[in-house]
Amino acid sequence: MNIKELFLLSTKAIFANKLRSFLTTLGITIGVFAIIVLVSIGSGLQAYITNEISSLGPNIIDVIPGNSLFTAFGPGTQNKLTIPLARNLANRLVSTAQVAPLAEVLTSVKYKNIEDKNVYAIGTTYLYPKAVTYGKTVMGNFFTQGQEQSGIKVAVIGYTIYTKYFKNQNPIGQKVFVGNEKYTIVGVAEKSGVSLGVDHDNVVYIPLEAVHAQFGVDRLTEIVVDANSRELLPFVKKQINTVLSKDLTQDEFSIQTGETLLDTVSKITNMLSLALGGIAAISLLVGGIGVANIMLVSVTERTKEIGLRKALGAKRSDILKQFLLEAVMLSLTGGIVGIILGMLASVIIAMILVSSVTLWSVLLAFCFSVAVGIVFGMAPAVRASKLSPIDALRYE
Amino acid sequence: MKKSDEIIRMSNISKAYGTGDLETLVLRDIDLVVKKGEFLGITGRSGSGKSTLMHIVGLLDTPTTGKYILNGTDVSKLKEDEQAYQRNREIGFVFQQFNLLPKLSALENVILPAIYAEVDTKQRTEKANQLLSTLGLTEHSEKKPNQMSGGQQQRVAIARALMNDPELILADEPTGNLDTKSGDDVMKILKQLNKEGKTVILITHEHDIAMQAKKLIQLEDGKLVHKENNAIIT
Repeated sequence: MNIKELFLLSTKAIFANKLRSFLTTLGITIGVFAIIVLVSIGSGLQAYITNEISSLGPNIIDVIPGNSLFTAFGPGTQNKLTIPLARNLANRLVSTAQVAPLAEVLTSVKYKNIEDKNVYAIGTTYLYPKAVTYGKTVMGNFFTQGQEQSGIKVAVIGYTIYTKYFKNQNPIGQKVFVGNEKYTIVGVAEKSGVSLGVDHDNVVYIPLEAVHAQFGVDRLTEIVVDANSRELLPFVKKQINTVLSKDLTQDEFSIQTGETLLDTVSKITNMLSLALGGIAAISLLVGGIGVANIMLVSVTERTKEIGLRKALGAKRSDILKQFLLEAVMLSLTGGIVGIILGMLASVIIAMILVSSVTLWSVLLAFCFSVAVGIVFGMAPAVRASKLSPIDALRYE
Repeated sequence: MKKSDEIIRMSNISKAYGTGDLETLVLRDIDLVVKKGEFLGITGRSGSGKSTLMHIVGLLDTPTTGKYILNGTDVSKLKEDEQAYQRNREIGFVFQQFNLLPKLSALENVILPAIYAEVDTKQRTEKANQLLSTLGLTEHSEKKPNQMSGGQQQRVAIARALMNDPELILADEPTGNLDTKSGDDVMKILKQLNKEGKTVILITHEHDIAMQAKKLIQLEDGKLVHKENNAIIT
């Protein structure tokens, strides 16, 4: 029996039970759909974060409290990164790098009758625009060393704050309430965008000492260090380690360069992709069991047909191929529909969140659905091929 | 060539089911020679072993002991797939229950054996149409079995049996599910086929049907007890 013959036969059998075939196929479709979408989200996330990290700049070193990204913000870890430590570090690195300590606090910003209670006030120093890539101003200037030292309350507002509170007015020189103290606006920071639903422009930058004095915050979220050149990077890293080790143990701070950060992040996102893929694979497995089940029913229902075909000259392999192909066609149809729907969904998700369809997940899903058909179709097909023609013909 | 005029030569064929104390002999020491062009009737009560004999003759089952030569080939110890090959080419089956596939049209049902013989599509469709026309079924060729009468269905089954041009037609109670008129039609067709040179083996328990065979053998308790040449030849 040639392949065209078999193909026609299987198609006929599938269409003979449309609803049943549709439901069986649906199981596979859902499994494959889930794989494509979840893997797409996983890899979209990874690409996004990677991109985000490399946009920080190639010479950036991040000093964060705790011993790694995993435990930095975990419970029971005490933040030992203080303002004086950062000041000291800045002095020591003055000739090799720009150092910008950051202390964040959630507070409110009020101007006239507009108030937003969910704004991050970021305490930093005048070095911030030098150390951080997206720390430039689009209006006015970042506060200066002089302004910082004189203790005047000055603020640089994020772009969202600007558009929300001032529309087309010039905000420079206006006074806003940050918490319950008045600050004079000296600049507007450039747009840095929204990521994962967090608006990085809904912030105000104020002097570090002001955050300390007003909010009592003396621990830093991070210290951003920008080495003056790529060549200095390893040296600066060593310097930071030497300086901080005098006051802190190795567990109390960690130094992340772009690369180590990327490493950690890709570990996390890979784990995430794998976990998501695993969950999706379970639903595909369930779909496969559905195929096996329906094929077993089909073999039982068609016992007489099998017997007759054998009596008329069908070999074992003819019957095996017939039922196996039927199972593979069911699961492959489901797989292809799942791939198409999954890709569509990924494109739609990409518009709102992050997601990118990867070739390997499509190929994997395709191969998986063929494999599911073969694996779960094999037992019923073997059972069919082993039926004795006499018994099968007698079967009612 | 002596062998060439024999289609079946069975010697010492026996069939047992079960083993040890539970062993039951269904066929005992059957010796049977059927010449080409014969019209042989096999009769016997139910339980006499005629179904088992028919299965062995039709290569649907293998004998426990003995030798069976079908059209010059020793088929006593064939493997399942080899049996399938021989069945496909040497034997045309006509069953009591017609055994047409309900979802296929008459034409598709007739074509089935040719699919397994790997005959090309055009050739086999032509052949099937020709057979259907000979049996007066042209207008029914696109009908499904349940749209046809019993007699028509059995004629489709005969067309199917002839599809691969086998020398042997094995008819197992072919009139058992038919009214007298349709039964007569079927018998006429079988006789006509025999006239055209096919060897026909007819298994039946109905005396008047059996009497239409040229030669008759009777089975009792798994043994061939009686052979006779029929007087009536139509």
